[in-house]
Amino acid sequence: MQIYLPIAEVSVNAFLLLGLGGMVGILSGMFGVGGGFLMTPLLFFIGIPPAVAVATEANQIVASSFSGVLAHFRRRTVDLKMGTVLLIGGLTGAALGLVLFNYLKSLGQVDLLVKLCYVVFLGIIGGLMFIESLNAIRKSRKTGGTAPKRRQRGWIHAMPFKMRFRTSGLYISVIPPLVVGLFVGVLSAIMGVGGGFIMVPAMIYLLGMPTKVVVGTSLFQIIFVTGFTTMLHATTNYTVDVVLAVLLLIGGVVGAQIGTVIGARMKAEQLRILLAGLVLAVCGKLALDLLLMPGEIYSLGTTGGH
Amino acid sequence: MRVLSLVLLAATLFAPKAVKATEEQVVLGLSRDRVAITANFDGSDILIFGAIKRESPIPSGDPLQVIVAVSGPSAPVLVRRKEKKFGIWVNTDSVLVDAAPSFYAVATSSPFTEVITDTEDLRHKISINRAIRSVGADMNIQNAQEFAEAVVRIRAREGLYSIRENTVAVDEQTLFRTEIDMPANLTEGDYAARIYLTRGGKVISTYQTTIDVQKVGLERFLFNLSRQQPIVYGLLSLAIAIAAGWGASAAFRALRGN
Repeated sequence: MQIYLPIAEVSVNAFLLLGLGGMVGILSGMFGVGGGFLMTPLLFFIGIPPAVAVATEANQIVASSFSGVLAHFRRRTVDLKMGTVLLIGGLTGAALGLVLFNYLKSLGQVDLLVKLCYVVFLGIIGGLMFIESLNAIRKSRKTGGTAPKRRQRGWIHAMPFKMRFRTSGLYISVIPPLVVGLFVGVLSAIMGVGGGFIMVPAMIYLLGMPTKVVVGTSLFQIIFVTGFTTMLHATTNYTVDVVLAVLLLIGGVVGAQIGTVIGARMKAEQLRILLAGLVLAVCGKLALDLLLMPGEIYSLGTTGGH
Repeated sequence: MRVLSLVLLAATLFAPKAVKATEEQVVLGLSRDRVAITANFDGSDILIFGAIKRESPIPSGDPLQVIVAVSGPSAPVLVRRKEKKFGIWVNTDSVLVDAAPSFYAVATSSPFTEVITDTEDLRHKISINRAIRSVGADMNIQNAQEFAEAVVRIRAREGLYSIRENTVAVDEQTLFRTEIDMPANLTEGDYAARIYLTRGGKVISTYQTTIDVQKVGLERFLFNLSRQQPIVYGLLSLAIAIAAGWGASAAFRALRGN
């Protein structure tokens, strides 16, 4: 069944979108990531204009994160105070990111920026996760699992403006969470992702938050940042396609629930190594696009206005 | 005397042709003059048919040929070219093509070069390359012409530009019909349908009408809302997302029975 998207102005198969939403939903349920980093490139691939894909994906992430955060609220694994601090940074970052996005769009470099961001961040995160989970598997085979070493956090403790975060059991400066939030906010506006795949490692390794509150807090923060991004794109670029978003999120929410069930039956290390492989595969594909000579070296764009 | 005979000769030579040009006229029919883009729009076929009205018998000589050109609204297009820099492919040069139609289809009753001469094509801007206007190319950019060609190539690949030779059926030099299929990725606007009658490569009569392509229903509503009330539209998108997220969570909790 073909469906005409009113904002993207292309006609696509509705079942294809439901399927994509479902597939990415399963992965996001399995791995506890938003899936934006997979969905946005897939949308480029099926011919949705990049600007529409980025803006609409932000809207879809609102839905999947909201669905996820409810479960964490019930389990009381959301650090609202930390979430709010991250959020202040995140909103500022999203606004900055959109300015950057629109500036580069006028230069014709927005595709390059988006792709470079993907290659760099997916490469780093995927690589680190891959090495880390390989080591974890090797260790658990040798010794049957030892407690991981605590990381040094000296320089973060030396910063001013300290604040107490009860749920996380932390007493740290507000500067690192603000910076992390800002950074993820910029990425959210540029890449059309929630940024969970960067936020979660940053919270664990940089801020030293306990793992059990990390996902809930990250989701809480992501809802507002992606919601804000959606509004910014909707009012400045008119690129949020609500029909596209609805189709994706129907598939997405159903898939996420299935994925959670699958995820619960697999070992954490296996899951992480699979996710790392997936992230690296997406990264490799995008890197090849940049490195190899494209089939068509010309591209069409509109001029400034809409 | 010589002058007079020349004038006479000229009159006998050219006068009938001049009369002919106004004598044959198009009476046109369209299977539809409105294309409604609905939610499940997946392209549209438009049957364009008509008859030639003439007061005198069919002129002898070159047979009548028909060209049908349908073009979407024109808009400037910024064409960018990639170049390898620092090992990766980056957009570098760009050329503004002043006006390129969003859709362009030409149907002819015989091969294009037989139907119309190059000069007539230039005058009436019928072939795709002539319909695109590009003047503002930067002098520093090499091969600026390639940018306009890229527009044609890319849009042809998307099914937006096409030339369909031998697809206009002409009966008894009087009736003609053709079918233009419009792809699903149409943009809105007034589409111009131009019909040219030619004999021996010369245009003898033209006719123009418009086909109105518009989003309707939900598509119209959402598009207007997004442009006129972007804040309301954005909030609506968010509300849908929140409701869906909450609904999914509630539904699956109920399913698991707790």
